[in-house]
Amino acid sequence: MSQQPSQHTIQAPFPGVFYRRPAPDQAPFVEPGQRVEADTVIGLIEVMKQFCELKAEAAGTIVSIEVEDEAVVEAGQPLAILETAP
Amino acid sequence: MIKRLLIANRGEIALRIVRAARELGIESVVAHSEADADSLAVSQADAGVCIGPAQATKSYLNAAAILQAARECDADAVHPGYGFLSENAAFARAVVEAGMVFVGPDAAIIERMGDKAMARQTAVDAGVPVVPGSPGAVSEPARAAAMAAEIGFPLLIKAAAGGGGRGIRVVENADEFDRQLQAAQAEARAAFGDDRVYLERFIEHARHIEVQVLGDGERVVHLFERECSLQRRRQKLFEECPSPALDEAAREALCHSAVRLAEHVGYVGAGTLEYLFDSHSGEFFFIEMNTRIQVEHPITEAVTGIDLVREMLRVASGERLRFAQSQIQCRGWAVEMRINAEDPARDFFPSPGTVARLIWPTGPGIRIDSALFEGYRMPPFYDSLVAKLVVWDDNRAAALARAARALNEFVLDGFTTTAALHQRLLETPALRAAEIDIGFLERWLADAPQPVASSSAPVSAPASAAQETAP
Repeated sequence: MSQQPSQHTIQAPFPGVFYRRPAPDQAPFVEPGQRVEADTVIGLIEVMKQFCELKAEAAGTIVSIEVEDEAVVEAGQPLAILETAP
Repeated sequence: MIKRLLIANRGEIALRIVRAARELGIESVVAHSEADADSLAVSQADAGVCIGPAQATKSYLNAAAILQAARECDADAVHPGYGFLSENAAFARAVVEAGMVFVGPDAAIIERMGDKAMARQTAVDAGVPVVPGSPGAVSEPARAAAMAAEIGFPLLIKAAAGGGGRGIRVVENADEFDRQLQAAQAEARAAFGDDRVYLERFIEHARHIEVQVLGDGERVVHLFERECSLQRRRQKLFEECPSPALDEAAREALCHSAVRLAEHVGYVGAGTLEYLFDSHSGEFFFIEMNTRIQVEHPITEAVTGIDLVREMLRVASGERLRFAQSQIQCRGWAVEMRINAEDPARDFFPSPGTVARLIWPTGPGIRIDSALFEGYRMPPFYDSLVAKLVVWDDNRAAALARAARALNEFVLDGFTTTAALHQRLLETPALRAAEIDIGFLERWLADAPQPVASSSAPVSAPASAAQETAP
Protein backbone atom coordinates (compact mmCIF):
# COMPACT_ATOMS: atom_id res chain seq x y z
CA MET A 1 0.00 0.00 0.00
CA SER A 2 1.49 3.27 -1.06
CA GLN A 3 0.89 6.14 1.26
CA GLN A 4 -1.17 8.86 -0.41
CA PRO A 5 -0.73 12.51 0.42
CA SER A 6 -3.97 13.86 1.83
CA GLN A 7 -5.56 17.22 1.26
CA HIS A 8 -6.45 19.33 4.21
CA THR A 9 -8.58 22.47 4.19
CA ILE A 10 -7.53 25.39 6.34
CA GLN A 11 -10.70 27.13 7.49
CA ALA A 12 -11.43 30.53 8.97
CA PRO A 13 -11.83 29.98 12.74
CA PHE A 14 -14.13 33.02 13.03
CA PRO A 15 -15.60 35.66 10.74
CA GLY A 16 -13.51 38.64 9.73
CA VAL A 17 -11.24 40.02 7.06
CA PHE A 18 -8.51 37.76 5.69
CA TYR A 19 -5.12 39.22 4.86
CA ARG A 20 -2.61 37.32 2.75
CA ARG A 21 0.16 39.80 3.49
CA PRO A 22 1.68 41.13 6.74
CA ALA A 23 1.35 44.65 5.29
CA PRO A 24 -0.04 46.01 2.01
CA ASP A 25 3.44 46.66 0.60
CA GLN A 26 4.85 43.27 1.54
CA ALA A 27 4.90 39.87 -0.12
CA PRO A 28 2.20 37.29 0.77
CA PHE A 29 2.92 35.03 3.74
CA VAL A 30 2.71 31.94 1.50
CA GLU A 31 2.23 31.11 -2.17
CA PRO A 32 0.77 27.96 -3.77
CA GLY A 33 3.44 25.30 -4.14
CA GLN A 34 5.26 26.49 -1.05
CA ARG A 35 6.34 23.99 1.61
CA VAL A 36 5.08 24.93 5.09
CA GLU A 37 5.48 23.68 8.65
CA ALA A 38 2.71 23.44 11.22
CA ASP A 39 3.65 26.80 12.70
CA THR A 40 4.04 28.63 9.37
CA VAL A 41 1.79 31.70 9.28
CA ILE A 42 -0.39 31.59 6.17
CA GLY A 43 -2.38 34.79 6.78
CA LEU A 44 -4.04 37.13 9.25
CA ILE A 45 -7.66 37.43 10.19
CA GLU A 46 -8.91 40.72 11.53
CA VAL A 47 -11.91 40.49 13.81
CA MET A 48 -13.17 43.62 15.56
CA LYS A 49 -9.88 45.46 15.16
CA GLN A 50 -7.79 42.58 16.52
CA PHE A 51 -5.45 40.69 14.25
CA CYS A 52 -4.86 36.97 14.60
CA GLU A 53 -2.19 34.95 12.91
CA LEU A 54 -3.48 31.89 11.12
CA LYS A 55 -1.10 28.95 11.03
CA ALA A 56 -0.97 25.97 8.68
CA GLU A 57 -1.43 23.60 11.69
CA ALA A 58 0.24 20.77 9.73
CA ALA A 59 3.37 20.33 7.67
CA GLY A 60 2.87 20.06 3.93
CA THR A 61 2.60 21.96 0.69
CA ILE A 62 0.14 24.77 -0.06
CA VAL A 63 -1.98 23.67 -3.02
CA SER A 64 -4.10 26.77 -3.34
CA ILE A 65 -5.27 29.91 -1.58
CA GLU A 66 -9.04 30.04 -1.77
CA VAL A 67 -9.74 33.69 -1.03
CA GLU A 68 -8.41 37.03 -2.17
CA ASP A 69 -6.31 39.32 -0.01
CA GLU A 70 -8.55 41.50 2.23
CA ALA A 71 -11.58 39.30 1.54
CA VAL A 72 -14.48 39.16 3.97
CA VAL A 73 -14.68 35.58 5.29
CA GLU A 74 -17.22 33.64 7.34
CA ALA A 75 -16.39 31.21 10.15
CA GLY A 76 -15.59 27.82 8.62
CA GLN A 77 -14.95 29.18 5.16
CA PRO A 78 -12.06 27.42 3.36
CA LEU A 79 -9.05 29.72 3.11
CA ALA A 80 -6.37 27.42 1.74
CA ILE A 81 -5.83 23.81 0.68
CA LEU A 82 -2.82 22.06 2.15
CA GLU A 83 -1.39 18.76 0.91
CA THR A 84 0.03 17.01 3.92
CA ALA A 85 2.95 14.65 3.50
CA PRO A 86 2.24 10.99 4.32
CA MET B 1 -29.91 75.67 11.86
CA ILE B 2 -28.61 72.65 9.97
CA LYS B 3 -31.37 71.12 7.80
CA ARG B 4 -30.02 67.78 6.71
CA LEU B 5 -27.19 66.07 8.54
CA LEU B 6 -25.04 63.29 7.15
CA ILE B 7 -23.80 61.02 9.93
CA ALA B 8 -20.50 59.44 8.94
CA ASN B 9 -20.38 56.76 11.58
CA ARG B 10 -22.06 53.59 12.80
CA GLY B 11 -23.30 51.71 15.85
CA GLU B 12 -24.49 53.39 19.01
CA ILE B 13 -22.95 56.80 18.28
CA ALA B 14 -24.66 57.04 14.88
CA LEU B 15 -27.97 56.29 16.63
CA ARG B 16 -27.14 58.83 19.36
CA ILE B 17 -26.65 61.53 16.71
CA VAL B 18 -29.84 60.51 14.85
CA ARG B 19 -31.75 61.03 18.11
CA ALA B 20 -30.25 64.46 18.78
CA ALA B 21 -30.93 65.54 15.20
CA ARG B 22 -34.56 64.42 15.36
CA GLU B 23 -35.11 66.33 18.61
CA LEU B 24 -33.79 69.48 16.95
CA GLY B 25 -35.89 69.01 13.81
CA ILE B 26 -32.86 68.15 11.69
CA GLU B 27 -33.20 65.44 9.06
CA SER B 28 -30.59 62.72 9.44
CA VAL B 29 -28.98 60.52 6.82
CA VAL B 30 -26.73 57.73 8.04
CA ALA B 31 -23.80 56.90 5.76
CA HIS B 32 -23.25 53.16 6.18
CA SER B 33 -21.19 50.30 4.84
CA GLU B 34 -22.71 47.27 3.13
CA ALA B 35 -22.39 45.39 6.42
CA ASP B 36 -24.47 47.96 8.31
CA ALA B 37 -27.45 48.33 5.97
CA ASP B 38 -29.76 46.70 8.56
CA SER B 39 -28.46 48.65 11.55
CA LEU B 40 -30.70 50.38 14.05
CA ALA B 41 -29.10 53.75 13.27
CA VAL B 42 -30.04 53.39 9.59
CA SER B 43 -33.59 52.29 10.34
CA GLN B 44 -34.14 55.10 12.86
CA ALA B 45 -32.68 57.80 10.60
CA ASP B 46 -34.69 59.62 7.95
CA ALA B 47 -32.54 57.91 5.33
CA GLY B 48 -29.46 55.78 4.83
CA VAL B 49 -26.85 55.91 2.11
CA CYS B 50 -24.37 53.15 1.34
CA ILE B 51 -20.78 54.38 1.10
CA GLY B 52 -18.94 51.15 0.34
CA PRO B 53 -17.97 47.63 1.35
CA ALA B 54 -17.75 46.30 4.90
CA GLN B 55 -14.07 47.05 5.48
CA ALA B 56 -13.77 50.43 7.20
CA THR B 57 -10.96 51.55 4.88
CA LYS B 58 -13.41 51.22 1.98
CA SER B 59 -16.37 52.89 3.70
CA TYR B 60 -16.17 54.74 7.04
CA LEU B 61 -12.61 55.86 6.31
CA ASN B 62 -13.28 56.62 2.66
CA ALA B 63 -13.52 60.41 2.68
CA ALA B 64 -14.26 60.68 -1.04
CA ALA B 65 -17.20 58.27 -0.80
CA ILE B 66 -18.61 60.07 2.25
CA LEU B 67 -18.34 63.49 0.59
CA GLN B 68 -20.02 62.19 -2.54
CA ALA B 69 -22.83 60.70 -0.45
CA ALA B 70 -23.23 64.02 1.39
CA ARG B 71 -23.53 65.94 -1.86
CA GLU B 72 -25.93 63.42 -3.39
CA CYS B 73 -28.29 63.51 -0.45
CA ASP B 74 -28.05 67.30 -0.32
CA ALA B 75 -26.75 67.40 3.23
CA ASP B 76 -25.65 70.75 4.61
CA ALA B 77 -23.58 69.28 7.47
CA VAL B 78 -21.54 66.20 8.38
CA HIS B 79 -21.21 64.76 11.89
CA PRO B 80 -18.19 62.44 12.17
CA GLY B 81 -19.04 60.86 15.55
CA TYR B 82 -15.95 59.37 17.24
CA GLY B 83 -13.16 57.27 15.76
CA PHE B 84 -12.97 56.86 11.97
CA LEU B 85 -12.56 60.35 10.39
CA SER B 86 -13.61 62.37 13.44
CA GLU B 87 -10.12 63.77 14.07
CA ASN B 88 -8.93 63.80 10.48
CA ALA B 89 -8.10 67.41 9.64
CA ALA B 90 -8.04 66.77 5.88
CA PHE B 91 -11.56 65.37 6.04
CA ALA B 92 -12.83 68.31 8.11
CA ARG B 93 -11.29 70.68 5.58
CA ALA B 94 -12.77 68.80 2.62
CA VAL B 95 -16.25 68.94 4.15
CA VAL B 96 -16.00 72.72 4.53
CA GLU B 97 -14.52 73.16 1.04
CA ALA B 98 -17.49 71.21 -0.33
CA GLY B 99 -19.72 73.91 1.16
CA MET B 100 -20.96 71.97 4.18
CA VAL B 101 -20.63 72.36 7.93
CA PHE B 102 -18.26 70.03 9.74
CA VAL B 103 -19.70 69.32 13.19
CA GLY B 104 -16.50 69.88 15.12
CA PRO B 105 -13.68 72.39 15.29
CA ASP B 106 -11.82 73.86 12.30
CA ALA B 107 -9.27 71.65 10.56
CA ALA B 108 -6.51 73.93 11.88
CA ILE B 109 -7.54 73.24 15.49
CA ILE B 110 -7.74 69.49 14.84
CA GLU B 111 -4.23 69.63 13.41
CA ARG B 112 -2.85 71.70 16.23
CA MET B 113 -4.37 69.67 19.07
CA GLY B 114 -4.01 66.31 17.31
CA ASP B 115 -0.24 66.58 17.11
CA LYS B 116 1.18 65.60 20.52
CA ALA B 117 4.18 67.92 20.43
CA MET B 118 2.13 70.88 19.18
CA ALA B 119 -0.64 70.23 21.72
CA ARG B 120 1.94 70.10 24.50
CA GLN B 121 3.49 73.39 23.38
CA THR B 122 0.04 74.96 23.11
CA ALA B 123 -0.69 73.90 26.69
CA VAL B 124 2.58 75.41 27.88
CA ASP B 125 1.73 78.65 26.05
CA ALA B 126 -1.69 78.71 27.72
CA GLY B 127 -0.13 78.21 31.14
CA VAL B 128 -1.48 74.67 31.55
CA PRO B 129 0.86 72.18 33.23
CA VAL B 130 2.25 69.29 31.18
CA VAL B 131 4.19 66.26 32.39
CA PRO B 132 7.63 67.71 33.19
CA GLY B 133 10.24 66.38 30.79
CA SER B 134 13.38 67.12 28.81
CA PRO B 135 12.70 69.51 25.94
CA GLY B 136 14.46 67.14 23.55
CA ALA B 137 16.70 64.08 23.36
CA VAL B 138 19.91 64.33 25.36
CA SER B 139 23.10 62.23 25.44
CA GLU B 140 25.56 64.31 27.47
CA PRO B 141 25.41 63.01 31.08
CA ALA B 142 26.05 66.34 32.83
CA ARG B 143 23.28 68.03 30.85
CA ALA B 144 20.96 65.10 31.54
CA ALA B 145 21.67 65.33 35.29
CA ALA B 146 20.89 69.04 35.30
CA MET B 147 17.60 68.39 33.49
CA ALA B 148 16.76 65.57 35.91
CA ALA B 149 17.18 67.89 38.87
CA GLU B 150 14.76 70.31 37.27
CA ILE B 151 12.18 67.63 36.36
CA GLY B 152 12.14 65.99 39.79
CA PHE B 153 11.91 62.37 40.94
CA PRO B 154 10.84 59.68 40.39
CA LEU B 155 11.48 60.02 36.69
CA LEU B 156 11.67 57.88 33.58
CA ILE B 157 14.66 57.54 31.31
CA LYS B 158 13.39 56.62 27.85
CA ALA B 159 15.67 55.60 25.00
CA ALA B 160 15.09 58.09 22.17
CA ALA B 161 15.20 55.24 19.65
CA GLY B 162 13.01 52.96 21.77
CA GLY B 163 9.26 52.63 21.68
CA GLY B 164 6.40 50.46 22.81
CA GLY B 165 7.75 50.31 26.36
CA ARG B 166 11.27 49.24 25.33
CA GLY B 167 14.27 50.97 26.83
CA ILE B 168 12.45 52.59 29.75
CA ARG B 169 13.93 52.82 33.26
CA VAL B 170 12.43 54.23 36.43
CA VAL B 171 14.78 56.29 38.61
CA GLU B 172 13.49 56.67 42.16
CA ASN B 173 15.79 59.44 43.39
CA ALA B 174 18.69 61.72 42.52
CA ASP B 175 21.32 59.41 44.08
CA GLU B 176 20.45 56.68 41.60
CA PHE B 177 20.40 58.90 38.58
CA ASP B 178 24.01 58.75 37.33
CA ARG B 179 24.22 54.97 37.62
CA GLN B 180 20.83 54.42 35.93
CA LEU B 181 21.62 56.87 33.16
CA GLN B 182 24.89 55.09 32.44
CA ALA B 183 23.11 51.72 32.26
CA ALA B 184 20.28 53.11 30.15
CA GLN B 185 22.69 54.68 27.67
CA ALA B 186 24.79 51.50 27.42
CA GLU B 187 21.61 49.53 26.73
CA ALA B 188 20.36 52.03 24.20
CA ARG B 189 23.70 52.02 22.38
CA ALA B 190 23.67 48.23 22.23
CA ALA B 191 20.02 47.89 21.26
CA PHE B 192 19.55 50.84 18.95
CA GLY B 193 23.04 52.19 18.19
CA ASP B 194 21.83 55.50 19.66
CA ASP B 195 22.46 56.55 23.26
CA ARG B 196 20.21 59.61 23.33
CA VAL B 197 17.48 59.56 25.96
CA TYR B 198 14.41 61.52 27.00
CA LEU B 199 13.67 62.24 30.63
CA GLU B 200 10.15 62.50 31.96
CA ARG B 201 8.57 62.71 35.40
CA PHE B 202 7.19 59.32 36.46
CA ILE B 203 3.75 59.55 38.01
CA GLU B 204 3.51 56.33 39.92
CA HIS B 205 -0.17 56.09 40.69
CA ALA B 206 -1.56 58.35 38.02
CA ARG B 207 -5.26 58.66 37.43
CA HIS B 208 -6.75 59.49 34.04
CA ILE B 209 -9.08 62.42 34.51
CA GLU B 210 -10.52 64.39 31.62
CA VAL B 211 -12.47 67.60 31.33
CA GLN B 212 -15.43 68.05 29.00
CA VAL B 213 -15.63 71.42 27.31
CA LEU B 214 -17.98 73.15 24.89
CA GLY B 215 -16.91 76.15 22.88
CA ASP B 216 -18.45 78.50 20.33
CA GLY B 217 -15.24 80.07 19.05
CA GLU B 218 -15.42 82.97 21.48
CA ARG B 219 -16.28 81.45 24.79
CA VAL B 220 -15.62 78.04 26.33
CA VAL B 221 -17.41 76.42 29.25
CA HIS B 222 -16.50 73.21 31.05
CA LEU B 223 -18.91 70.48 32.05
CA PHE B 224 -16.77 69.10 34.85
CA GLU B 225 -14.54 66.08 34.72
CA ARG B 226 -14.75 62.34 34.16
CA GLU B 227 -12.63 59.74 35.89
CA CYS B 228 -11.47 57.19 33.30
CA SER B 229 -8.69 55.38 35.13
CA LEU B 230 -10.13 51.91 34.60
CA GLN B 231 -8.41 50.92 31.37
CA ARG B 232 -7.03 47.81 29.81
CA ARG B 233 -4.39 48.29 27.12
CA ARG B 234 -5.34 51.96 27.09
CA GLN B 235 -8.97 51.12 26.38
CA LYS B 236 -11.41 52.55 28.88
CA LEU B 237 -13.89 50.10 30.35
CA PHE B 238 -15.63 51.88 33.22
CA GLU B 239 -15.95 55.62 33.72
CA GLU B 240 -17.51 57.87 36.30
CA CYS B 241 -18.50 61.48 36.58
CA PRO B 242 -17.39 63.38 38.57
CA SER B 243 -14.00 62.04 39.69
CA PRO B 244 -13.87 60.73 43.26
CA ALA B 245 -10.23 61.88 43.48
CA LEU B 246 -10.84 65.64 43.40
CA ASP B 247 -11.87 68.05 46.10
CA GLU B 248 -13.58 71.29 45.12
CA ALA B 249 -10.35 73.28 44.91
CA ALA B 250 -8.64 70.68 42.70
CA ARG B 251 -11.75 70.40 40.53
CA GLU B 252 -11.90 74.16 40.07
CA ALA B 253 -8.20 74.35 39.16
CA LEU B 254 -8.38 71.44 36.72
CA CYS B 255 -11.55 72.52 34.94
CA HIS B 256 -10.41 76.13 34.79
CA SER B 257 -7.13 75.08 33.14
CA ALA B 258 -9.09 73.16 30.49
CA VAL B 259 -11.21 76.21 29.72
CA ARG B 260 -8.07 78.34 29.48
CA LEU B 261 -6.46 75.96 26.99
CA ALA B 262 -9.61 75.56 24.88
CA GLU B 263 -10.15 79.33 24.82
CA HIS B 264 -6.51 79.81 23.87
CA VAL B 265 -7.16 77.96 20.58
CA GLY B 266 -10.65 79.44 20.04
CA TYR B 267 -12.28 76.05 20.39
CA VAL B 268 -15.59 75.28 18.68
CA GLY B 269 -17.83 72.35 19.59
CA ALA B 270 -17.45 69.55 22.13
CA GLY B 271 -13.96 68.58 23.18
CA THR B 272 -12.16 66.71 25.92
CA LEU B 273 -8.86 67.54 27.57
CA GLU B 274 -7.14 64.55 29.07
CA TYR B 275 -4.94 64.84 32.14
CA LEU B 276 -2.84 62.64 34.34
CA PHE B 277 -3.62 63.34 37.98
CA ASP B 278 -1.10 62.51 40.69
CA SER B 279 -3.26 61.68 43.69
CA HIS B 280 -0.26 61.83 46.04
CA SER B 281 0.88 65.32 45.14
CA GLY B 282 -2.44 66.62 43.83
CA GLU B 283 -0.70 67.81 40.66
CA PHE B 284 -2.34 67.44 37.26
CA PHE B 285 -0.71 67.41 33.84
CA PHE B 286 -2.35 67.90 30.44
CA ILE B 287 -1.58 65.02 28.07
CA GLU B 288 -3.82 65.40 25.02
CA MET B 289 -7.05 66.74 23.63
CA ASN B 290 -9.77 64.89 21.75
CA THR B 291 -11.47 67.26 19.34
CA ARG B 292 -14.71 65.28 19.05
CA ILE B 293 -17.55 63.77 21.05
CA GLN B 294 -16.36 60.90 23.25
CA VAL B 295 -17.77 57.46 23.97
CA GLU B 296 -18.32 58.30 27.64
CA HIS B 297 -20.13 61.62 27.08
CA PRO B 298 -23.45 60.32 28.54
CA ILE B 299 -22.15 60.39 32.12
CA THR B 300 -21.46 64.10 31.76
CA GLU B 301 -24.95 64.56 30.33
CA ALA B 302 -26.36 62.65 33.31
CA VAL B 303 -24.87 64.92 35.96
CA THR B 304 -25.21 68.25 34.10
CA GLY B 305 -28.51 67.71 32.31
CA ILE B 306 -26.94 69.17 29.15
CA ASP B 307 -27.30 67.26 25.88
CA LEU B 308 -23.80 67.49 24.42
CA VAL B 309 -24.69 66.21 20.97
CA ARG B 310 -27.54 68.70 20.57
CA GLU B 311 -25.23 71.49 21.74
CA MET B 312 -22.63 70.40 19.18
CA LEU B 313 -25.24 70.69 16.44
CA ARG B 314 -26.41 74.10 17.69
CA VAL B 315 -22.88 75.49 17.85
CA ALA B 316 -22.02 74.03 14.44
CA SER B 317 -25.10 75.84 13.09
CA GLY B 318 -23.55 79.10 14.21
CA GLU B 319 -25.39 79.61 17.51
CA ARG B 320 -23.61 80.99 20.57
CA LEU B 321 -23.37 78.90 23.73
CA ARG B 322 -26.67 79.09 25.55
CA PHE B 323 -25.38 79.05 29.11
CA ALA B 324 -22.88 80.75 31.37
CA GLN B 325 -20.42 78.69 33.38
CA SER B 326 -22.32 79.44 36.58
CA GLN B 327 -25.48 77.86 35.12
CA ILE B 328 -23.79 74.49 34.67
CA GLN B 329 -24.21 72.39 37.78
CA CYS B 330 -22.92 68.95 38.62
CA ARG B 331 -25.69 67.00 40.33
CA GLY B 332 -25.33 63.45 41.65
CA TRP B 333 -23.07 60.74 40.27
CA ALA B 334 -23.00 58.79 37.01
CA VAL B 335 -21.11 55.72 35.87
CA GLU B 336 -20.74 54.11 32.46
CA MET B 337 -20.07 50.43 31.96
CA ARG B 338 -18.86 49.53 28.49
CA ILE B 339 -20.39 46.32 27.24
CA ASN B 340 -17.98 44.95 24.67
CA ALA B 341 -18.40 41.79 22.61
CA GLU B 342 -15.23 40.36 24.10
CA ASP B 343 -14.52 37.36 26.28
CA PRO B 344 -12.57 38.36 29.41
CA ALA B 345 -11.75 34.67 30.05
CA ARG B 346 -9.98 34.51 26.69
CA ASP B 347 -7.85 37.61 27.03
CA PHE B 348 -10.71 39.79 25.77
CA PHE B 349 -10.78 38.12 22.40
CA PRO B 350 -13.66 39.44 20.24
CA SER B 351 -16.80 37.34 20.31
CA PRO B 352 -19.01 38.43 17.44
CA GLY B 353 -22.36 36.72 17.10
CA THR B 354 -26.10 37.14 16.80
CA VAL B 355 -28.26 38.58 19.56
CA ALA B 356 -30.52 35.67 20.55
CA ARG B 357 -32.18 37.31 23.55
CA LEU B 358 -31.98 40.84 24.88
CA ILE B 359 -33.47 42.38 28.00
CA TRP B 360 -32.29 45.88 28.87
CA PRO B 361 -32.27 47.09 32.44
CA THR B 362 -34.84 49.83 33.02
CA GLY B 363 -36.23 51.84 35.89
CA PRO B 364 -34.95 54.91 37.68
CA GLY B 365 -31.62 56.42 36.69
CA ILE B 366 -30.74 54.11 33.82
CA ARG B 367 -29.82 55.01 30.27
CA ILE B 368 -28.81 52.57 27.54
CA ASP B 369 -26.90 53.74 24.48
CA SER B 370 -26.80 50.79 22.12
CA ALA B 371 -27.70 49.82 18.58
CA LEU B 372 -28.40 46.18 19.50
CA PHE B 373 -31.74 44.45 18.98
CA GLU B 374 -32.88 40.84 19.10
CA GLY B 375 -31.85 39.05 15.92
CA TYR B 376 -29.06 41.55 15.20
CA ARG B 377 -26.04 39.88 13.68
CA MET B 378 -23.00 41.78 14.75
CA PRO B 379 -20.55 42.31 11.90
CA PRO B 380 -16.95 41.34 12.77
CA PHE B 381 -15.37 44.35 11.06
CA TYR B 382 -15.62 47.10 13.63
CA ASP B 383 -15.14 48.02 17.26
CA SER B 384 -16.38 45.55 19.87
CA LEU B 385 -18.38 48.13 21.87
CA VAL B 386 -22.03 47.07 21.69
CA ALA B 387 -23.69 48.94 24.54
CA LYS B 388 -23.11 51.56 27.18
CA LEU B 389 -24.95 51.06 30.45
CA VAL B 390 -25.15 54.48 32.03
CA VAL B 391 -26.44 54.80 35.57
CA TRP B 392 -27.17 57.92 37.59
CA ASP B 393 -27.96 58.34 41.26
CA ASP B 394 -27.57 61.11 43.78
CA ASN B 395 -24.23 59.90 45.19
CA ARG B 396 -21.42 57.53 44.29
CA ALA B 397 -22.34 54.63 46.59
CA ALA B 398 -25.95 54.73 45.38
CA ALA B 399 -24.83 54.90 41.74
CA LEU B 400 -22.62 51.83 42.19
CA ALA B 401 -25.48 49.93 43.86
CA ARG B 402 -27.79 50.93 41.03
CA ALA B 403 -25.16 49.85 38.49
CA ALA B 404 -25.10 46.39 40.07
CA ARG B 405 -28.90 46.29 39.97
CA ALA B 406 -28.82 47.26 36.28
CA LEU B 407 -26.37 44.49 35.47
CA ASN B 408 -28.62 42.03 37.29
CA GLU B 409 -31.52 42.91 35.02
CA PHE B 410 -29.44 42.89 31.87
CA VAL B 411 -29.75 39.77 29.70
CA LEU B 412 -27.84 39.34 26.45
CA ASP B 413 -27.65 35.86 24.94
CA GLY B 414 -25.77 35.02 21.78
CA PHE B 415 -22.23 36.07 22.55
CA THR B 416 -19.97 36.78 25.48
CA THR B 417 -19.57 40.33 26.73
CA THR B 418 -17.82 42.28 29.45
CA ALA B 419 -21.05 42.54 31.50
CA ALA B 420 -20.05 39.84 34.02
CA LEU B 421 -16.69 41.50 34.50
CA HIS B 422 -18.43 44.74 35.52
CA GLN B 423 -20.47 42.82 38.07
CA ARG B 424 -17.27 41.49 39.67
CA LEU B 425 -15.60 44.87 39.43
CA LEU B 426 -18.48 46.48 41.34
CA GLU B 427 -17.98 43.96 44.15
CA THR B 428 -14.30 44.89 44.48
CA PRO B 429 -13.57 46.83 47.69
CA ALA B 430 -10.84 48.95 46.07
CA LEU B 431 -13.24 50.13 43.38
CA ARG B 432 -15.93 50.89 45.94
CA ALA B 433 -13.34 52.87 47.90
CA ALA B 434 -12.28 54.61 44.64
CA GLU B 435 -8.68 53.56 45.24
CA ILE B 436 -7.85 53.28 41.57
CA ASP B 437 -5.24 54.42 39.09
CA ILE B 438 -4.49 53.70 35.43
CA GLY B 439 -2.75 50.43 36.33
CA PHE B 440 -5.57 49.18 38.59
CA LEU B 441 -7.64 47.23 36.07
CA GLU B 442 -4.71 45.31 34.59
CA ARG B 443 -3.41 44.42 38.07
CA TRP B 444 -6.91 43.35 39.12
CA LEU B 445 -7.32 41.20 36.00
CA ALA B 446 -3.94 39.57 36.62
CA ASP B 447 -4.85 38.84 40.27
CA ALA B 448 -8.39 37.64 39.62
CA PRO B 449 -8.59 35.30 36.63
CA GLN B 450 -11.87 35.68 34.81
CA PRO B 451 -14.20 32.68 35.03
CA VAL B 452 -15.17 31.10 31.74
CA ALA B 453 -18.64 32.19 30.68
CA SER B 454 -20.99 29.25 30.31
CA SER B 455 -23.62 30.72 28.02
CA SER B 456 -21.39 31.65 25.13
CA ALA B 457 -21.07 29.56 22.01
CA PRO B 458 -17.40 28.58 21.88
CA VAL B 459 -15.34 29.31 18.82
CA SER B 460 -12.03 27.63 18.21
CA ALA B 461 -9.18 29.54 19.77
CA PRO B 462 -6.91 31.49 17.49
CA ALA B 463 -3.38 30.21 17.04
CA SER B 464 -2.08 33.41 18.57
CA ALA B 465 -3.09 36.99 18.89
CA ALA B 466 -0.60 38.78 16.72
CA GLN B 467 -1.20 42.42 17.37
CA GLU B 468 -3.75 44.89 18.49
CA THR B 469 -4.59 48.16 16.88
CA ALA B 470 -4.85 51.46 18.68
CA PRO B 471 -8.29 52.81 19.66
